[in-house]
Amino acid sequence: MSTDTDTDLFSDVDLSWEHLKNRLFLGVIFAASMFGVVMLALLLFDVATDFYVGLTEYNISLVDFFTRDGSRREELSGFRGAIVASIMLMVLVTILSFFVGVGTAIYLEEYAPDNRITRLIEANLANLAGVPSIVYGLLGLAAFVNGIGMGPILLAGAIALALLVMPIIIVSAQEAIRSVPDGVRNGSYATGATKWQTVRRVVLPAAIPGIMTGTILALARAIGETAPLIMVGAIFINRMPYGPFDRFSAMPTTIYNWANEPSQHFIHLAAVGIVVLLAFLFVMNGVAMYIRHKYETEV
Amino acid sequence: MSTESHHESGAGISGDGPVQADNEANRRARRILFGCATITVLTTLAIFFVLIDNAASYFFGAKLTEMLMGASPEQTVTFTEFFTGTRWAPDHATPAHGAIPIIFGTLAITVGAAFVSIPIGTATAIYLSEYAPDSVRSKLKPTLEILAGIPTIVYGYFAIAFINPVLVAPIASALFGINMGRYSLLSGMLVVGIMTIPMVSSISEDAMSAVPDELRNGAYALGATKFNVSTRIVLPASISGVFASYILAVSRAIGETMAVTLAAGFTANLTANPFGEIMTMTAYMVKMARGTTAVGTVEYQSLFAVGLLLFVMTLTMNLLNDWFKRRFQEEYR
Repeated sequence: MSTDTDTDLFSDVDLSWEHLKNRLFLGVIFAASMFGVVMLALLLFDVATDFYVGLTEYNISLVDFFTRDGSRREELSGFRGAIVASIMLMVLVTILSFFVGVGTAIYLEEYAPDNRITRLIEANLANLAGVPSIVYGLLGLAAFVNGIGMGPILLAGAIALALLVMPIIIVSAQEAIRSVPDGVRNGSYATGATKWQTVRRVVLPAAIPGIMTGTILALARAIGETAPLIMVGAIFINRMPYGPFDRFSAMPTTIYNWANEPSQHFIHLAAVGIVVLLAFLFVMNGVAMYIRHKYETEV
Repeated sequence: MSTESHHESGAGISGDGPVQADNEANRRARRILFGCATITVLTTLAIFFVLIDNAASYFFGAKLTEMLMGASPEQTVTFTEFFTGTRWAPDHATPAHGAIPIIFGTLAITVGAAFVSIPIGTATAIYLSEYAPDSVRSKLKPTLEILAGIPTIVYGYFAIAFINPVLVAPIASALFGINMGRYSLLSGMLVVGIMTIPMVSSISEDAMSAVPDELRNGAYALGATKFNVSTRIVLPASISGVFASYILAVSRAIGETMAVTLAAGFTANLTANPFGEIMTMTAYMVKMARGTTAVGTVEYQSLFAVGLLLFVMTLTMNLLNDWFKRRFQEEYR
C-alpha cells in the first residue's frame, strides 16, 4: 500500500521533463549571456572595418590625422587639436580632483566621527555618483562659463569633469585606505604618532597603489565623457588649444561632430578618432591593471 | 612622540614643543581634510541651486536671486503648459513649451532599453552565478566589464554607423516598406539596452552570489534541479538586490545622452513608431548647446527646466535603488 502511494507521489514529477527543462533553461541563459559578448564583438568589428575603410577608400592618412587640426573640409581634417585638448583636460582634472578626492577619502575613513554630518556626506556621495553626466555640464555652463564669466574654455570643461569623477576617486580611495590592515595603524599609534603622522607615513604609502589604480580608472571615464563638454561649449572648435584658458574641442566631442555629419568621409574620420580614443583607454586600463597586479600581493 | 618628526623638527627627545607641534599639525590636517569632504556636498547644493535658479527664470521670468533683489515674478511658462502641452519648440518663432514629447521620448527609450537589458542582464547573472564553470566565468565577467567601460559616444557611433543602417533600416524597408532616416527610436532603445546589460548583470550577480549556500543545498537535497534552484530559491532570495540593479539601469537610461542623441535624433515627435525619429530630454539639451543660444533667453533657461526635471527623475530612481539595496543587505545580516 505504502509503495502504491510512493509511486503515485513520484509519478507527479516527470524526471526527464525536469531535466529537459533544466537543459533548455541553460541553453536560453547561455545564449543571453553571449548576446552581450556578440554585441561587443560587433561594435569592435564595426569600428575596425570603418577604420580600415577610412584609411583605404577615403585615403585618410594617419600622419595627417595626427599632425592636422580639425577642419570644416573633410579631406583636411585631423585629430591633433582634439588629442592635445584631451591630454590637457586629463592633467587639469587630475590636479583638480585627485587631492580633494583623496583628502575626502582620508577624512571619511580615518577622521570622521560616526555622526549625522558624516552620514550626510556618505549618502550625498552615493547620490552624486548617480547624477547624469549632462547635469554636471549644466552646472559648468551656468556656474563657470556664464556665472563667473569664464566662457567656454578648457578650464571650465576640466572643472565639470573633475566634479563628475570626484565620487569615483573618493570611493576607490576609500576602499584602498580601508584595505590597509588596522595592525599597521596601531603599530604606528603605539610609537606615539599622531593620526596625521600615521596617515601620512603609514596608511597612505600602503594605500597609494590602490588610490592610483582608482584614479587612473576615473580618468579613463573622464576622457570618454562627451555630454558635459558639449554643454560647456566644447564644440565646433577646430584649432589646438594653447592653454587652459583657450577654447577647445576634445577627442569625444570631435568624434561626435564628425559622426553627426551626413558625409561618409566624416563618419570614417570618426571611426579613426574612436580607434585613437579606445587606444588611450586601453593604455590607461592596462597601466591601472599593471599597478594593481604588481602591488596586490605586497600589502 | 614619533621619532620621525623629531628628526624633522630637529628637537630633543624630551620637551612638549614637538608634541604640541605634531598635535597642531594633526588638527590642521583634520580641518583641511574636512574641507575637502564638504566639496562634494557643495557640488550637490550647487547643482540644486543652478537648476532651480535658472528654471525659476524659465517659469517666472526672473531668477530666484533676482526675485530676492526685488524683481517681481510674472508667469512666462505655466506648469500646466509644461507638463501637459504636446508641442515642444521653445526655440521656434512661435514657441511652444509642452514638454510631453521629450518626456515621452525619454520614457520610450528607457522602457525599450529595459526590455533589452533586464531579461538579458538577469539571465546573464543567473548563468554567471549558478551555472557557469570557473573557466567560462573568468572570461565572461571581464568581457562584460569591457562593455561597461566603453564610452557612450562610441555606442552612439555604433548606433548611427551600424545598428540603424545595417540592422534596423533593412527590417523597416523589408517588413513594413518604411524608408527610414538616419535616426530611429528602435535603434536608441537597442543601443541603450546593450549599454545597460553589464549594469544589470554584474549587480544582480553580486546579489545572487550573496545568497547563502545552505538555501541551495537544502533544495538540492530535496532533488531539485539547477533550474528549480535558480528560479525558485536564488532569484526570490536575491530579488531586492536584483531590483536595485534594474533601477540603476533605468536611471542610467534616463540620463543617457550621447548614444540616444546619435541613435534617436533631434525631432520632438510624439510617436511610438519604432522607425520614427524622436527627441529625448537629454538630446534637447545637446541640440540647444550645439546651437547659438544666447544667455538669458527663454531657450537658454529651458535647458535648466528640462535639466531639473531630469535630475529629479534620476534622484528619485537613486533613492529607490538605495532603499532596495538596504533592504537586501538587511536580509542577510
